[in-house]
Amino acid sequence: MKPPAFDYAAPGSLDEALALLAAKRDGAKLLAGGQSFVPALNFRLARPELIIDLNRVPGLAGIRRDGDGGLLIGAMTRARAIERSEVVARSNPLLHSAIPWIAHVPIRNRGTIGGSLAHADPAAELPAIALACDAILVATGILGKRDIAARDFFLGVFTTALRAGEILTEIRFPAWPPNRRHGFAEFARRHGDFAIVGVAATIDVAADGAVGDARIVVFGAGDTPRRAREAEAALAGSHPDTGALQRAAALAANHVDPPSDHHASAEYRRELAGTLTRRVLEQALAPRARAA
Amino acid sequence: MSASTSPGAPWIGRPLRRAEDARFLDGSARYVGDLKRPGMLHGVVLRSDHAHARVRSIDARTALALPGVVAVYTFEDIRRLARPIPLRLGPCPGLERFLQLPLAEGKVRYVGEPLAFLVAEGRYVAEDALELVQVEYEALDPVVDVHAARADRSLLHEALGTNVGSHYTVEKGDVSAAFAGADYTRRETFRCHRQTAAPMETRGLLAEFDAAGRRLRLWGATKVPFYNRRWLAGALDLPEAGVELIEVDVGGSFGVRGELYPEDFLVPFAAMRLGRPVKWIEDRREHFVATNHSREIECELEIACTLDGEIIGLRGRLLADMGAYVRTNGGLVPAKAAQFLPGPYRIPNVGCEVFALLTNKTPVGTYRGPGFYESSFFRERLFDLATADLRLDPAEFRRRNLVTAGEMPYGIENLCPFDADAAYDSGDFVLAFERALAEFDYARVKTLNGTLQDGRLQGVGLGCFVESGGAGPAETARLKVAAGGRIELYTGCSTMGQGHETAMAQIGADSLGLPVEAFSVFHGSTTLVEQGYGTYNSRAMAMGGSAVKLAAENLIAQLLAHVARMHEIEPAALEYSRGAIVRREDHRTLATLAGIAAAAQAGDGQARAAIECSGTFNQTRRTYSYGTNIAHVAVDPETARVEVLRFLAVDDVGRAINPLLVHGQMLGAAVQGIGGTFLDELIYDEQGQLLTGSFADYLLPTATEFPNVEVISLEAVPSTLNPLGVRGAGEGGIIATGAALANAVAHALAPLGVKITELPLSPNKLAQKMREARAAAE
Amino acid sequence: MSARHRIVLTVNGQRVERDVEARMTLADFLRESLDLTGTHLGCEHGACGACTVQLDGNSVRSCLIFAVQADGARVTTVEGLAVKGTLSVLQRSFQQHHALQCGFCTPGMLTTAQAMLAENPDPSAEEVRRAISGNLCRCTGYLPVVAAILDAAAQLRSEAA
Repeated sequence: MKPPAFDYAAPGSLDEALALLAAKRDGAKLLAGGQSFVPALNFRLARPELIIDLNRVPGLAGIRRDGDGGLLIGAMTRARAIERSEVVARSNPLLHSAIPWIAHVPIRNRGTIGGSLAHADPAAELPAIALACDAILVATGILGKRDIAARDFFLGVFTTALRAGEILTEIRFPAWPPNRRHGFAEFARRHGDFAIVGVAATIDVAADGAVGDARIVVFGAGDTPRRAREAEAALAGSHPDTGALQRAAALAANHVDPPSDHHASAEYRRELAGTLTRRVLEQALAPRARAA
Repeated sequence: MSASTSPGAPWIGRPLRRAEDARFLDGSARYVGDLKRPGMLHGVVLRSDHAHARVRSIDARTALALPGVVAVYTFEDIRRLARPIPLRLGPCPGLERFLQLPLAEGKVRYVGEPLAFLVAEGRYVAEDALELVQVEYEALDPVVDVHAARADRSLLHEALGTNVGSHYTVEKGDVSAAFAGADYTRRETFRCHRQTAAPMETRGLLAEFDAAGRRLRLWGATKVPFYNRRWLAGALDLPEAGVELIEVDVGGSFGVRGELYPEDFLVPFAAMRLGRPVKWIEDRREHFVATNHSREIECELEIACTLDGEIIGLRGRLLADMGAYVRTNGGLVPAKAAQFLPGPYRIPNVGCEVFALLTNKTPVGTYRGPGFYESSFFRERLFDLATADLRLDPAEFRRRNLVTAGEMPYGIENLCPFDADAAYDSGDFVLAFERALAEFDYARVKTLNGTLQDGRLQGVGLGCFVESGGAGPAETARLKVAAGGRIELYTGCSTMGQGHETAMAQIGADSLGLPVEAFSVFHGSTTLVEQGYGTYNSRAMAMGGSAVKLAAENLIAQLLAHVARMHEIEPAALEYSRGAIVRREDHRTLATLAGIAAAAQAGDGQARAAIECSGTFNQTRRTYSYGTNIAHVAVDPETARVEVLRFLAVDDVGRAINPLLVHGQMLGAAVQGIGGTFLDELIYDEQGQLLTGSFADYLLPTATEFPNVEVISLEAVPSTLNPLGVRGAGEGGIIATGAALANAVAHALAPLGVKITELPLSPNKLAQKMREARAAAE
Repeated sequence: MSARHRIVLTVNGQRVERDVEARMTLADFLRESLDLTGTHLGCEHGACGACTVQLDGNSVRSCLIFAVQADGARVTTVEGLAVKGTLSVLQRSFQQHHALQCGFCTPGMLTTAQAMLAENPDPSAEEVRRAISGNLCRCTGYLPVVAAILDAAAQLRSEAA
């Protein structure tokens, strides 16, 4: 299980990386953390002519607040850095709570947020979080930058809206309102495995307890993570009781189109989507317990 | 080494820390993959990616043209020498017709079957070349399950006209009469899934041939090096003495490693052809298709008993999926499964019909507790279905039917075609059972069965087992007194991580009245002892350990004779005591081990003859270990996640040479079995492609999954079959895991109307069962 | 085919300079070029943890990093864990608790656990289990490994106190 031969470049600047990418087009692959890409190489499922290693490009890693209280995370920021970031813990508790579900520490020590988003595994946590948070993914090309909303980014299994020649460079998470609650749950065969199904949710709760904006994202149950808009709509404006959460969960389950494979049938994934949606909503709405 | 016991106390029985640990902790251990020889080449195996196909052609020209590629061998190259890999164990009638050649001849029968062996200057370039070999296949209908195999529509081995490798029937008592007259009978069909041992180190070999001396050295051997040497010498046309199999550090086996596989022929063959050392290290992707699978058996089982729970009869039909060829372990797995269907119970009438069937999947062999894990699940699950029907307590039912100590020896008669007139020599099955119940507080915990606690359904399940352990062929040990009175201990047994270097030293220490520190233990190489056999079936201590004890007794006798001769007195006037030979009458020391060794070193021929001695132990009757497992689980009825709240395994090992190591074996086996029951599963699609061929899909237990496991190793009843009294400790922890867990989950889900008859207990399957039960209830 | 790259790095405190092919994994570089065979290959797809080493103090899978990427880095392998030729507290605790049998996973367990203890000197059992959840072991059932790490942590804390 040795990787095929390839040419290797470790550009020292983003411009250089973009120029290399532009020159090689289809034959080049970007190497971020490599925690999914290098296994594919070792299995010889990928055979790039050129690997452009982004690990030495300055300025691509880092976590900071923007002026609006949002969060800017460089694409080459390691999952472990996000996990250990006080800033993330304060400014986006959903993102913070989801990171420990990603694989294992040595994988998180290397894997990057940008790599995970650009890889677009439908069972991965970070694409779902980006979608739930309405994150903006910043793609940089030779001609400049463009913003891609998370809802427009994930097009299919391992397929994104990134164009040839573009590099995902930064992820912007909008400000987290003080009245926002969140929940996250996933079902995997073992701790650290890719989710069979997972659910992430944020709920903005008004002072009177009514649900304002609700976002529920189901992942592992389709080609891409998916907003459960029907469930969100059912909750919006309500003072949710147990029955309402169950109805929302049922809506979430009914509107996914999950695949069947040897780990889980479509029916099972659908059931999990419903159960986990209800549990995540209960988590989010539990009396202040999850506020911190 | 540390020991809590006072000096002078026996070494056997002490929980000594392992002497061998240091090299594993500082990175200096040497596994076969770590070895390099001058001029070494790297081999890789071209494997079939079809499950069943005729091979039209293999074109390796482009591969051979790649710089760094040295050779590509196909069947034509080995035709003159090629002979089928032999059946060593489990000779069920008929199986000898289905043996595998080291490379496929014209037809492939499973994904992963070796088609060619390619040798290059480096591993990376070898893998590059592998991709350049063109194979033209003509696909044939794959046979992927036992029912399709029995139908004989598509034939794996056309010339034989059938996919039925072996078909036989065994019986004890009068089964038909027992069932005809029974108050109660129940029949169910059970399935156990395909698994593999997946040791952390994959297989590997390094061969070096000295053409001038016609001497072959093969590193990476283990388990049964003496048997393998004999076969290899024959296959490679070399004298047996010219073949040396060398065991280096081994990263686990659990049954699958050390058997003769195609590569065991191919690697030395290439080294001999090329005149350069050749190393082959199996990668993990290959491992999943190339190394033995196990456990896949379907069993229709029927019980007959009285209404108050006395078992009268048990009859079954086993359909065992053998994969595409019969390998070295033959029909051992189905044969043991059939033989041990009655397990530790008094069942006067037992019958079983066994089918060993060929399918287009990786061939099977033994995996820790082979046949025992499966049959324990079938039997114990059926017992709990029966006790539910009869409204009997599962523990009371077992208590009533367990063979008692007073009934020993207890004959299990002729339930196996190659293990005639077997009998449990000794043991107290009830004692181990009661100990487990008491430790678990079973009577209290079982009241939780089927109740909902914090949203999860609770279940408590039992499983009892008996397991046959190691017996002959004979095992040999050699002892040599070295400088300073140190002892070199050579054993024919292999070690794959069990800690034999320490345990063998403990036996030697007690036998010679010396501290363990005086011993250096050497193992696993065919040149160390004249004749050994190997390590499998929990036999190392029973056979190899007993050989050490006998070798020590022989050495003492020899030393006494030597000193008696020197002093011209009768040997009977002397005695041996802690490294010294003393005169009985006045306890005066006449010689010491160090002194005799020094004399030998100085050229005293008599002393040299006296300081070295072998011992051979043989015992054709098997030892038996036995015990009871209890599991308490909680099942989330919404997600089908099962949490093991508590798992207890109790078994009787007869005698623990080193309780620390025995505990480690038991615990490791239990967690392996729990993982195997819930997680591990080799899944094939209808085309015979393996879907779970990586560690991302073949799920092994991790540190987070099963933290609540306890094991208790009893030394209740020593075995009568070897001088140490040991019963074997390597497998007891795994055997009833599937049984106890399946019963626990079944009791948890019983209120939902779910019936458990299949392993693994995967969430997908449990969710499906619950879905079906809900639909049926509506 | 592909060009070779000169790399300079520090391995177990020693400066190392070599030419490598781009595709050579760090694991193969350590094992083949430096003869540091304590780093084991159990799966080569990042799922078993046997090849775990420390890269600038962080535990990483050396089968998923190319040697060329380690240029300029500080790498610690199992061979670098002993202190002045003496087994470390953690290593000795593994022996004490019989936390290894075949030893194949042990180097990865040790490098992972040592990195974990450096940032969390007082872990709970659950934290230890999670920390080593990416390291497969087929022999021990993990319980002795967890006990060994917890005991080592306690010893190290009392040494530091």
